Amino acid sequence: MATATMADEPTRRDMLFIATGAAAAVGAGSLAWPLVSQMNPDASTIAAGAPIEVDLKAIPEGGIVTVKWRGKPIFVRHRTKKEIDEAVSAKLADLPDPQTDAARAKKPEWLIVIGVCTHLGCIPLGTQGTRGEYDGWFCPCHGSVYDTSGRIRKGPAPKNLEVPAYAFSSDTKLTIG
Amino acid sequence: MNRFTTFGLAAALSLGLLGSGANAADDAHGKLPTRQSWSFAGPFGKFDQAQLQRGFQVFREVCSTCHAARYLNFRDLSEEGGPGFSEAQVKALAAEYDIQDGPDDRGEMFKRPGRPADRFPWNYPNPEAAKATLGVVPPDLSLMAKARSYARGFPMILIDALAQYQEHGVDYVYALLNGYSDSKDANHNDYFPGGKIGMAKPLADNRVDYTDGSPKTTQQYAKDVSAFLMWLAEPKLEERKQTGFKAMVFLILFAGLMYLTKKKIWAAAH
Amino acid sequence: MSGPSTFVPKSALGRWFESRLPIGGLVHSSFIVYPTPRNLNYWWTFGAILSFMLGAQIITGVVLAMHYTPHVDHAFSSVEHIMRDVNWGWFIRYAHSNGASMFFVAVYIHMLRGLYYGSYKAPREVLWILGVIIYLLMMATGFMGYVLPWGQMSFWGATVITNLFSAIPLVGDSITTWLWGGYSVDNPTLNRFFSLHYLLPFMIAGVVILHVWALHVTGQNNPDGVEVKNVERDTLQFTPYATIKDSFAVVCFMIFYAWFIFYTPNILGDADNYIPANPLSTPAHIVPEWYYLPFYAILRAVPSKLGGVILMFGAIAILAFLPWLDTSRVRSAKYRPMYKVFFWAFVLACLGLGFLGSQPPEGGYTIAARLLTLYYFAFFIVIMPLLGLFETPKPMPATIADAVLGKGGSAAAKH
Repeated sequence: MATATMADEPTRRDMLFIATGAAAAVGAGSLAWPLVSQMNPDASTIAAGAPIEVDLKAIPEGGIVTVKWRGKPIFVRHRTKKEIDEAVSAKLADLPDPQTDAARAKKPEWLIVIGVCTHLGCIPLGTQGTRGEYDGWFCPCHGSVYDTSGRIRKGPAPKNLEVPAYAFSSDTKLTIG
Repeated sequence: MNRFTTFGLAAALSLGLLGSGANAADDAHGKLPTRQSWSFAGPFGKFDQAQLQRGFQVFREVCSTCHAARYLNFRDLSEEGGPGFSEAQVKALAAEYDIQDGPDDRGEMFKRPGRPADRFPWNYPNPEAAKATLGVVPPDLSLMAKARSYARGFPMILIDALAQYQEHGVDYVYALLNGYSDSKDANHNDYFPGGKIGMAKPLADNRVDYTDGSPKTTQQYAKDVSAFLMWLAEPKLEERKQTGFKAMVFLILFAGLMYLTKKKIWAAAH
Repeated sequence: MSGPSTFVPKSALGRWFESRLPIGGLVHSSFIVYPTPRNLNYWWTFGAILSFMLGAQIITGVVLAMHYTPHVDHAFSSVEHIMRDVNWGWFIRYAHSNGASMFFVAVYIHMLRGLYYGSYKAPREVLWILGVIIYLLMMATGFMGYVLPWGQMSFWGATVITNLFSAIPLVGDSITTWLWGGYSVDNPTLNRFFSLHYLLPFMIAGVVILHVWALHVTGQNNPDGVEVKNVERDTLQFTPYATIKDSFAVVCFMIFYAWFIFYTPNILGDADNYIPANPLSTPAHIVPEWYYLPFYAILRAVPSKLGGVILMFGAIAILAFLPWLDTSRVRSAKYRPMYKVFFWAFVLACLGLGFLGSQPPEGGYTIAARLLTLYYFAFFIVIMPLLGLFETPKPMPATIADAVLGKGGSAAAKH
């Protein structure tokens, strides 16, 4: 009899300690969650990140317009015939991140990319004379070179410039997001 | 320890008596509002969605002609715990308003249809313009239900905390909207300090066209718009009370476990 | 924190580290084997509750500062942004604003416990004075925090309190201008209050470390006010005994705290603070937060501006002299029948002053405030010194162990 209670006692006690400890862990966890969650984008930031519209009439052939969306530059490029040909004729085997031009541009004359270098987040240069040897963009931070389809050709960046979600709401209106 | 506790209680009680006697004197601020029953009162309180929608209608058609509500965004109207409009309804509603935006490429401000992320616009470009037209600047209504109150005095405030009565502000708003008792003076109000209010009687029977069959009376309008203003002042009220219930259940169970653990550990000390 | 430790870590790595930075020994001696009197009651758990509150206020405060903007044009809106848009923002902000009240609830109980059981008496004078410093820092922190939401009460509270310094002869006006950084409470004031509100809690934490250090040198007082004579018989180890009891008390206090956060978050605040600050219009009743009300009543009880300010600060400063004002040989009110009565009258006077601080300063209220102010100071300056000479203490137990076991003294008579 006596031995039975002796053996019983520690188990029941341990159960209580484990239950209390577990409850403490749950409590600490649920208190920590709001403190973590508050750092995520708040409701106004999310609402402000709604899609935006761009008027394409204002962009001449060969022109690039930069619009700001969710705090990032979006390059809207009205490509010339030559630039389109360069983009289409590139051999996939030559590309570090192979992707066809058709997969990146819904309409050949319009290229829409997020203007953030995929290396470490700088904004590549795109004005005449600063575009680099592939006629696209050149990132001055670490020398990444992009072509007229925004694909990485040379330098440390691992990926092509990202294409955001977009749609042509009419012939002259572009919706980004 | 026991002595310390009993004396503490006795002290609190006797002070309560002192307080209640002294309170009667503090009554020079107009009539005290009567306590209303609200769906959002108490630990399990929730807003009545239909009431908030009607309240929004009154706010939109009556109040917002003069008052601003700068913390109201269109998107809030479809948030959980609110009036429960759908996102499509909110989008359509926002588009009915012209919102000033800009400057555009030519450096000029322009108007465009509203979007859910926009603030609910005010009829006046700035407070000075409102004052020029109305004579006074109408107070912003975003926080009205929390920014007004009436004195309950020292012991009552403790009882209110225990009984969770905290709708003083919204009761005041409701009382005020029903407080135009002088048919000859549209600016007389029983509940406004001093009895003279800048806002002439804003509500009248049949002024707002309800579509859900609710009575089109001043009282009903006042009740609905007061509830709406409470939501506007405290949009996270439902979430707060629901989280509170979970927190309370957990904490009480946890305290029970802690008590048992404490007893077990201390058993060795005796 | 009490002398060299005999702690030896079990692992070789632990011993390697310990011989270079003996932090394990510090924790071991301060929070594990540290002896606590056996007879401590639950009023002794408020130290742990206060530590918890300090931590809670610092954590929620740091988080709020991530979303708050200390500028007169944006402060009010940024608080509303926290309440409406930030994930869990309403919870964090209500936890912080009600946390201030909870902090003061706990500190007042902690202080009254010290006053009742004579915890300020030798050899614990420095411990007590450090506590008074913490209390002062808490009041400064609470006041500046209340200014940050930039509502009507924030603004006018800041105006009234900073104007207290204008009562100082000759340099008063220069001091208020210096405090404001302008000709009235304005953006520079808000900015510096935000900076200091962020700084002071860490100073409190520093003084708390000194407070705990001093405590661990002298050891805790206890309900019978008898010093520990035999560590074996009179004390229990801090861990697990005090640790688990304190944790249980903290959880109970959290229930109380949670009630305010979730169910009545605005009941301790003032409705006027939901109106944005307007420098051109003063609210009808300027009332500070409840925890300052007794001192506010003392301020208004005096018909002279300078006199009121001196008395108000004097009411706090006098606490620091308490160890030398009390002449009694006996610590605990448990064995001081007359002191006990005066003590409870003092508690009532403080509550009464608190109530009067919330009322308009007119007629009977002012007279009552004067009488209670008189008692407040008389308690320290007259009653405390004289009582030690005239009071006959009740018989006391010889040791803590005797008190616990109900042997000797009045403890035996009662049970």
